[in-house]
Amino acid sequence: MATARYWRENPSRYNLVASKCGVCGRVFLPPRAVCSNCHRKSIGKMQPLQLKGEGEVFSFTTVYDAPSQFEMLKPYVMAMVKMDEGTMLTSQLIDAEPGEIKIGMRVKATLRKVGEDGEAGVIYYGYKFKPI
Amino acid sequence: MRDVAVIGIGDTKFGELWDQSFRDIGIQAGLAAVYDANLASEDIDALYVGNMSAGRFIEQEHVAALIADYSGLARDHIPATRIEAAGASGGLAFRQGYLAIASGMHDIVVVGGAEKMTDVGEVAASEIQASAADAQWEATFGATFPALHAMIARRHMFQYGTTREQIASVAVKNHKHGAMNPKAQFQREIDLNTVLRSPPVSEPLNVFDCAPFSDGAAAVVLCAMEKARKYTDKPIKITGSAQASDTLALHARNDICTFEATKVAGVKALKQARHEAKDVQVAEVHDNFTISEVLAIEDLGFVEKGQGGRATADGQTAIGGKVAVNTSGGLKARGDPIGATGLAQIVEVVTQLRGVAGKRQVNGAKVGLAQNVGGTGATVVVHVLEVA
Amino acid sequence: METGIVSYGAYVPRFRITPMEIGNVWGSDGEGMSKGLQIFAKSVPAPDEDVITISTEAARSMMKRCDVDAKEIGALYVGSESHPYAVKPSGTIVAEAIGASANITVADYEFACKAGTAAIQTCMGLVGASMVKYGVAIGADTSQGAPGDPLEYSASAGGGAFLIGSKDLIAIINKTVSYTTDTPDFWRREGQQYPSHGGRFTGEPAYFKHVVSGGKLLLEAVGSKPGEYTHAIFHQPNGKFPQRVAKMLGFTDKQIEVGLLTPQIGNTYSGAVPLGLAAVLDVANPGDRIFAVAYGSGAGSDAFDITVTKGISTYRRDAAPTVKQMMEHKVSLDYATYAKYRGKIRMKEACE
Repeated sequence: MATARYWRENPSRYNLVASKCGVCGRVFLPPRAVCSNCHRKSIGKMQPLQLKGEGEVFSFTTVYDAPSQFEMLKPYVMAMVKMDEGTMLTSQLIDAEPGEIKIGMRVKATLRKVGEDGEAGVIYYGYKFKPI
Repeated sequence: MRDVAVIGIGDTKFGELWDQSFRDIGIQAGLAAVYDANLASEDIDALYVGNMSAGRFIEQEHVAALIADYSGLARDHIPATRIEAAGASGGLAFRQGYLAIASGMHDIVVVGGAEKMTDVGEVAASEIQASAADAQWEATFGATFPALHAMIARRHMFQYGTTREQIASVAVKNHKHGAMNPKAQFQREIDLNTVLRSPPVSEPLNVFDCAPFSDGAAAVVLCAMEKARKYTDKPIKITGSAQASDTLALHARNDICTFEATKVAGVKALKQARHEAKDVQVAEVHDNFTISEVLAIEDLGFVEKGQGGRATADGQTAIGGKVAVNTSGGLKARGDPIGATGLAQIVEVVTQLRGVAGKRQVNGAKVGLAQNVGGTGATVVVHVLEVA
Repeated sequence: METGIVSYGAYVPRFRITPMEIGNVWGSDGEGMSKGLQIFAKSVPAPDEDVITISTEAARSMMKRCDVDAKEIGALYVGSESHPYAVKPSGTIVAEAIGASANITVADYEFACKAGTAAIQTCMGLVGASMVKYGVAIGADTSQGAPGDPLEYSASAGGGAFLIGSKDLIAIINKTVSYTTDTPDFWRREGQQYPSHGGRFTGEPAYFKHVVSGGKLLLEAVGSKPGEYTHAIFHQPNGKFPQRVAKMLGFTDKQIEVGLLTPQIGNTYSGAVPLGLAAVLDVANPGDRIFAVAYGSGAGSDAFDITVTKGISTYRRDAAPTVKQMMEHKVSLDYATYAKYRGKIRMKEACE
């Protein structure tokens, strides 16, 4: 029952709240306390930034061998999406025909069920991507 | 820092070892290594154990103490340490053993790695495997470990024009090698069609592009070089040891077709050994997926960036080629009990350097290299070994 | 003060299944059912969709079309009969997903198909009493019909969201009245997966009685005649009932045309009138008058008299997909896939 472990990430999972380095401007999702570029200089200078939600597909794959909680969805498409703000995310790509998915295609984030703790457990929501 | 040598090696067969428990395989490999080194238990100063996830596979943590105990060493009360870095657990344990002796702290240590993956179902094993990636931001959203590597493969094909067949040729080569290795999990040769027609796991990777789940253990005995000849007349010196880390999540990298950590560790290890990549005759690299070997031979400098697929398809990395890669069969054919793999790589390199690799011997092998990877390249450890 | 709609949003899932496909499996005349119900396809939610994700999509579209700061929303209600949780509100997740602050009152509503319109009435009250500046009312469902039951041909998924306020309105809700009695025409007991219904009892004493009574009450209260309205939207459990009730009240087929979606997407239950209203607002012009009557089994009707304002001409409708666009964005399913998606196949229980 990982309730709290997912709950505390909700701002990022629901609304793509990232952090932006106040020194170099790099954007990170999940939010980071320290910029990997500026190190110590960035401590205390990381600002929350809600991403617009749009980006392009950097790579993708169709998953056939899936963990138990994704039984209903398989085969499903996983994608690495480079968001317009610079950070890259990994999630499912939905609402797209297999043939139409290409590296470079534009996608936007939407809220979907990402998992659940079994039939009696909490439901987890988060971002998935669909073609623009 | 003083020189360190490998004076003994031991391993179990890799595969689905239904009759053997975690402690059974751990001790089997350890005792074989100690026997190979002509060692008495009183000579052992410390034990290092590489293991990724005994806690989830067999609900057992604290495994270094377990192995020390069941090896009969409990009454000697030696320090026993477990090291974990996902797939690189074994290689990191080896490096810790090396550092302990190089620093002068110990004279002789035993380093082993073991994993018992078949005591849980395959679905659970996949989920545990995925904890090598970013559990919160990759696995949660549906990224399986194969899926992450499949995305690397697709990007490599996009960036460098690498073909599906070239990637698959890694598995064909490694099965050919594995067929000559009596300890390998799979000992049959396959052709390209076998790989291409096997069921998809995460497209474009199929079943035969992925190393199996395995049980197994491997162990080595390390000794200060100045004392090594007391135990063996063919000590194999560790001439290079380097380790590097990178972002945990693949999506946080600058370039997903390069494992920077392999480059950093590879350069450092080779520099320490006063060698270049072209001096290496035999190498064990981390082919948990076919694409991983493509990246490894590029990032270690054996071939140019982007040419890994072509080079493999051309036979440059087969026995008899430019550099013999994964003569053991690699993770694909020899098997991949996660924590043991790093040590199994060392066992193979030492076997080659000792000249006792039988049918798969690389003639004139003098310089060997082992590259062990954790996650999608978040940890990489590289060792260079040579005949002393 | 005037209260009404500041903004709206809608969402229809993209999968569809036809009555013919359903009939084939259960040995029924699917074609005949289709003609009888005037339903040609119904929407099916994907396995990773539910009332919460549908409500969020609709509410996010609603926010995209206006410049209201989500932090000023003081209330949010989600009405549905297929809330993902029996206990734990859908509304809190939707509220966070649209960036609302913690200074908000939230509750989930249930009243069969009129839970969403009940939410609109509540928000009107809160805004009108100056208790909140803005309220969000959402009606959404992923309703289920038992396999082979007539309801399986129509129960579908979708939702509409409305931002209720008192300023910058695109449509003023001039009046709302309700007609409610205890009439058990359709129900689902706690713990049951599928609803039950009273067969033909659901017609005259239930749907028609309440929609006609509610409609008549509204016409009386406003002092208007059917001919004055540009559009009329009635609850639509199938394509036939709204045509009949329109006639009974004196409305024409032309008036109900835009807001009648069930023939293409099935009965979206709590989403039905909200989606019908959204479809009308998608094409409405300043000055258009709208007559809407939602019906919820159990039973009750909520009736609304709405006037579209000049504000709709500068309203950013194009910032989000229209109902028509979503209805046309569709993928057909066979019964097996539909059954799998809707959880109708008995899966193996997890064993640790």
